[in-house]
Amino acid sequence: MKYLKLLFSFALALGIFFTLNNKFGSIPPLGKFLNPYSGVWQNEADESISGEISIPGLKDKVTVHYDAQLIPHIFAQNDLDLYRAQGYITAKHRLWQMEFQTYAAAGRLSEILGENALTYDRQERRRGMVYGAEQAIKKMSEDTESMGFTEAYVDGVNSYINQLKSKDFPVEYKLLNYKPEAWSTKKNALLLMYMTKMLAGGDEDIENTNALRLFGKERFDLLFPDFFDVTEPVIPKETDWSFIDVPQTPVPFSKPVLDSIATTIDKPDPNYGSNNWAVSGEKSYSENAILANDPHLGLNLPSIWFVMQLHTPNHNVFGATLPGALAIIIGFNEYISWGQTNATRDVVDWYKIEFNEDGTKYRYNNAWKDVTYRIEEIKIKGKATFKDSIRYTHHGPVVYDKNFKSDREKAGYAMKWIGHVGGNTQRTFLNLNRSKNYTDYLQALTHYVAPAQNFIFASTEGDIALWVQGKLPNKWEGQGKFIMDGSQPKNDWQSYIPQAFNAHTKNPERGFVSSANQHPVDEAYPFYVFNDGFETYRNRVINSYFSSKDKFNIQDFKDLHNNNFNLKASELMPYMLENMDTSELTLEEKVIFDQAKAWKYNNDIHEVGPSIWRQWYGKLYNMVWDEFDVEGTALDAPSTYQTIYLLKNKGEDAFMDILETPKTETAKDLFLLAFKEAAAHLMEIKSEEGNYRWVNYKGTYAGHLLQGLPAFSRFDIPIGGGRNIVNATSENWGPSWRMIVEMTSPPTALGIYPGGQSGNPGSKYYDNFIDDWAAGKYHQLNFLQSDVATDVVISTQTLTPTKE
Amino acid sequence: MRTNTTNFIATIVLAIILSLFLPWWSIMIAALVTGLLIPLKKTAVFFTPFLAILLFWALYSYILSSANDFTLAKRIAILLPLGGSPYLLILITGIIGGLAAGIAAVFGKQLLIVSKKI
Repeated sequence: MKYLKLLFSFALALGIFFTLNNKFGSIPPLGKFLNPYSGVWQNEADESISGEISIPGLKDKVTVHYDAQLIPHIFAQNDLDLYRAQGYITAKHRLWQMEFQTYAAAGRLSEILGENALTYDRQERRRGMVYGAEQAIKKMSEDTESMGFTEAYVDGVNSYINQLKSKDFPVEYKLLNYKPEAWSTKKNALLLMYMTKMLAGGDEDIENTNALRLFGKERFDLLFPDFFDVTEPVIPKETDWSFIDVPQTPVPFSKPVLDSIATTIDKPDPNYGSNNWAVSGEKSYSENAILANDPHLGLNLPSIWFVMQLHTPNHNVFGATLPGALAIIIGFNEYISWGQTNATRDVVDWYKIEFNEDGTKYRYNNAWKDVTYRIEEIKIKGKATFKDSIRYTHHGPVVYDKNFKSDREKAGYAMKWIGHVGGNTQRTFLNLNRSKNYTDYLQALTHYVAPAQNFIFASTEGDIALWVQGKLPNKWEGQGKFIMDGSQPKNDWQSYIPQAFNAHTKNPERGFVSSANQHPVDEAYPFYVFNDGFETYRNRVINSYFSSKDKFNIQDFKDLHNNNFNLKASELMPYMLENMDTSELTLEEKVIFDQAKAWKYNNDIHEVGPSIWRQWYGKLYNMVWDEFDVEGTALDAPSTYQTIYLLKNKGEDAFMDILETPKTETAKDLFLLAFKEAAAHLMEIKSEEGNYRWVNYKGTYAGHLLQGLPAFSRFDIPIGGGRNIVNATSENWGPSWRMIVEMTSPPTALGIYPGGQSGNPGSKYYDNFIDDWAAGKYHQLNFLQSDVATDVVISTQTLTPTKE
Repeated sequence: MRTNTTNFIATIVLAIILSLFLPWWSIMIAALVTGLLIPLKKTAVFFTPFLAILLFWALYSYILSSANDFTLAKRIAILLPLGGSPYLLILITGIIGGLAAGIAAVFGKQLLIVSKKI
């Protein structure tokens, strides 16, 4: 009996140990997780930002001043120390995020999240994310100086990781029960690939091909025109292009491949976008140029940006960094300021590949060419490693084949992507950080490959400029709109547009430059620019704002950032209200109709108009494009701009008809049908939640990077704006870094982002900017001119070389 | 009663010392060892180390968390989910530690019984 008891109690003890030491489903290992001396309770603290830390490899002392926003101001004696310190300090505040993003980029989430992430991981591997990072490293290695800086950054991150005890691991590691691995230059490259995918990883070639096959060329061109009936391009229309002496690639005789494909890989959210603008001295209240930028990205916690100041005896720069990348990405130094919006160019194309009998060769130029195999090993937590063998052609990886999203035995679809070409993106930013004038800025841009950006510029000398910069293929008219035959050399990218011929403008007559993801140029530009989902609303609001008066001050800039005017709604809703048959509306519907009529087209938080518009237009859009809802066929419906154009100008078109009903509907019928559905839904919201005011309807939130974990996220952020509005804050994306820089000497700047400097959910600095950001407020950016602590410094930490 | 108090204090002291160089399960070792060195009777075998570690973990958690306005505890109490109450999280933390310690002590007692009878 006593032995039985012994055995039983032993089993119980072992059992409780096992239960509390292991992760079950989403429940963390509770013993590890909750014990006060190494569990989450150890993360219940703000970061230490004082004292002295010794770091191996430093040449000299580095001073890090923190201000009240927890922005580190790093003062180093040389460049290598600067980037070593940048790596160390970034890791100190954002380690889990920077590592997680590179896991996501590399298709390695299965390692930490298990089998559920396998499809995602395969997709990223097949997209060639790791391959692309390897190509980038090759290019980066050619430049020994920037590679040296990168290595210093990498060592800095590793110095931080190496001194961590398990109790110090960021809380997410404890939650998921894993630990940080060593940082590497490859991780830097992967982070940049992550950005390239986010901003230049999208295309609609396959969807367009399906649409062309289903509707024919004439209908396709009506729905997806190269240019809309209005264009307000990034580079002003009056620009003279006569200096360009390289022709566009002539059109060969090439027929698109009209295959049908059911599903495609995930695309970046097409709503990602950004604004930037700058006014010249003549248009500025102070005669100093003023520049603003607000990249619209996913609203996540920890935020995508980490703000810092980087100082050496030779340069002094301030702005937003990407954790995992060198230098300042959007910011200013003593002489210049710069920023980016996405240039949205078509740099992803698809080629149909015909394989030989055993699938080891593919047809090209009337011969068989060998494929190269790349075996991707995907480790899965708690499971055996999954191996995916991916065939590469000279175009790029065969993403879709019989092993992935396709059932064709002897065919596949290869991806040609600028992300695989490789580039030394970091060189551009290193140089921008040190630029003193327009010439330096221009020189910095020449290194930049992808993702193509509208680089805006302003200097203390008074210059303003904007370059649409990226390595962009010189395509023949129409090239890459649809799937191309991969066996024909004429379908390959023939050349790139010479960098000097990328569209640009310097000190234009109108006194301002701006971009908001719209068409880069109008028809006069001599190279082919495919309409890759260009924006058509924010740009017009911004440009008309700057044409509205002679002088602009900082308050005007703030007002424009926070401008909630819904141009899109104002271009359709009055027409709908006027043309809809209202005789059949119920009393309740009439109330909503009157509310819609009273709306002045501002998406302010307390308005109900924006919610009515969103519902009404949303239902209407789905009714118009019911033809695009085809089982087993990947299709993208036309743009908002073209939809509104058709509703107003071609209301009798066959597309307006709802296929399901016997009746032949017109646009006007749809207005009423959509309104009734929208009203029913709005009344439902009202009965459930009390009202459908915009703030409530939209429910903006900043979700934690780990699948929006509610405990670490912020919900119901009270901010207006929305899709296609200058204040582009929608449910989960929006202005991720609002910056205004006046080019005084030294520059005076404001900035804010929806998050906080700390990546630790236990820190008060984790999300402390969100309320001010939502209220349209800014923080003064303390651009320190020397390492002497001023009264804005709340604490100082010194990094010292480790004694040998 | 004296033995209970001695065991109680010894368990906490040993647990604190072991926690400096062992992971979370050091409390199981602490309870096992004190159970062997300072034997207890009946329900006290379980409850003395249980209460000792509950107190140790709960108090330590409270000290860490209150110094930071329970910022993280409130979030973890949503995650687990405990309705966002940091106090409940502190209690659960204590109970988990106590449970592991108590069970380890019961095993220690059985070990003692077996070894003495032989």
